[in-house]
Amino acid sequence: MNSADILLNQRTLLIREVRSWSNTLKIGTAILLVITIAGILAPLITSSDPYYQDYGSILLAPSWEHIFGTDHLGRDIYSRVIHGIRIDLTVAFVITYVPMIYGVAIGAIAGYYGGWVDSILMRLLDTAIAFPFLVLIIVIIAILGPGVQNIYLAVCLVAWTMYARLARAEMLIEREKDYMLAAKSMGFPVSRIIFRHALPNIMSPVIVFSMADFVLNILLLSGLSFLGLGIQAPEPEWGAMIAAGRDYIFDSWWICTIPGLAIVVTGTSLSLIGDGLTQRLGGR
Amino acid sequence: MEIIQYIATRLGQMVPVLFLVALISFLCMALVPGDPIMLMLGGRATETVIAAAHEEFGLDKPILVRFFSFISQGLQGDLGRSIIQRQPVTVLIGERISQTSFLLGYSAFLALIVAIPLSFLAVIRHNRPTDHIIRLTGMVGLSMPSFWVGLLLMLLFGLKFNLFPIRGFGDGFLEHLWYLFLPSFTISLFLIPMLVQSLRESMLDVLQSDYVEVARSKGLSSRRILLKHVFRNSLIPTITVLSVNIGWLLSGAVVVEFVFSIPGLGSLLVRSVGFRDYPVIQGLAVVFAMMVMLVNLLADLLYMVVDRRVIKKQ
Repeated sequence: MNSADILLNQRTLLIREVRSWSNTLKIGTAILLVITIAGILAPLITSSDPYYQDYGSILLAPSWEHIFGTDHLGRDIYSRVIHGIRIDLTVAFVITYVPMIYGVAIGAIAGYYGGWVDSILMRLLDTAIAFPFLVLIIVIIAILGPGVQNIYLAVCLVAWTMYARLARAEMLIEREKDYMLAAKSMGFPVSRIIFRHALPNIMSPVIVFSMADFVLNILLLSGLSFLGLGIQAPEPEWGAMIAAGRDYIFDSWWICTIPGLAIVVTGTSLSLIGDGLTQRLGGR
Repeated sequence: MEIIQYIATRLGQMVPVLFLVALISFLCMALVPGDPIMLMLGGRATETVIAAAHEEFGLDKPILVRFFSFISQGLQGDLGRSIIQRQPVTVLIGERISQTSFLLGYSAFLALIVAIPLSFLAVIRHNRPTDHIIRLTGMVGLSMPSFWVGLLLMLLFGLKFNLFPIRGFGDGFLEHLWYLFLPSFTISLFLIPMLVQSLRESMLDVLQSDYVEVARSKGLSSRRILLKHVFRNSLIPTITVLSVNIGWLLSGAVVVEFVFSIPGLGSLLVRSVGFRDYPVIQGLAVVFAMMVMLVNLLADLLYMVVDRRVIKKQ
């Protein structure tokens, strides 16, 4: 088989895979792809600078020239919302999947070994869950100060606990299965048993959960920025844009409404993917 | 006797967690980079004031001594003093805790009276268009930021139609209900999809259980099965779902109180972060965690009253 054949083969496999998806998974993936591409091509598909303040066109209602209107500093909201994809999607992605990596590893190891390692982890998880998530993040931000680096740090300190809880619970079930015994009796090292044998089997619920977590993290980031604790003006972050439009909401509804819609559309596409993945991966 | 024993074990399990909660909240203030007193008082304070504050907070003592005095004072109901607001932290929190509790109870009530019929409907029309519409609407609902929903509701029902007040708490129970309707509704919009999701699952589980099979084979009508067996048994998971989500409810309350200017714990937290009022932040962290633990304990006790087998399983 030459390389062209392999390529062709991979393409038919991909097409077959996509055909087997449920409608929610297809629609969700399509919306997310459009949003991601729009974010990547942001400077090409917007005509004005998201930071450019045009005092000649302040608080303009949506029109052909500015399809989403302009804000109180005369900045084009369409351009700001599209550039906002870069911030919101990237930061939310990082604070979802970085904690997932070590959260799952810690949970899987504790679940596999049990004993005192597990007991310590459980007490830690109980404590983390006793704090309302947002409150804990706000407290950490209060110590470190606002800003995107500190959001990364705060969430990475806290969010892994959810993944550890999930991975631990799955590992407790997986540990007792025959293939694990087989792997153990073959004399494989523990790291290989945990990460190469058990891990692929506990990832499905983790991936499904991560989609819901992704949505919550978009809400978290925009919420913190709305409260003035996250990404600061003049960056085109959706929550910060809503906060800035708050004082003008009565006469200029579009300043608040449009960035909020961007959050809803992005979040819904991720939820649709999560719903489709539940069926595709056979999770619960 | 069993009940007392159960409660005692349950309380015993809370002790190490409470200790860790106190430790984390204490570290919050201890780990502030630089001198927290200087950060709080800024450039306004004279040296004598700063020295007095150091003395008052015992910052000249070693960290372990400070931690144990924090614990022992905390056990006596003293969470320290706010220098900026010139009041004990417990007084500041005490003034606001009823507003937040009212908001939480009201939101949970609104969420329940919408979520229970909706999940019932979804189960009756399982895998039919109604079920799918409820599920999809739920996904959109979960993606809506509560501060944004709050602002839009405020704009529509507060400013344009003038139906509800847009800020404050009001006087007396009926006014509270009126003033807090929009904020509670905002929080419940996030809670409803979560409740429907888990209630729908648990009702579907009950539908596949043996005793429903028996009821069916006895020839009971499906309406009777749904009302008498499925609905009643799904009320128990509702308690659990609500108590598990109490953390999200409180998180929602923080943001919504800020949006609607309700004088509760959430707006106190946001304001204290702005002032860098560390003793208040520290006290609020403890109180928020205790609220979550208390609700979970109450839910467990309620669960026990409804289903006595819980005790045996322990």
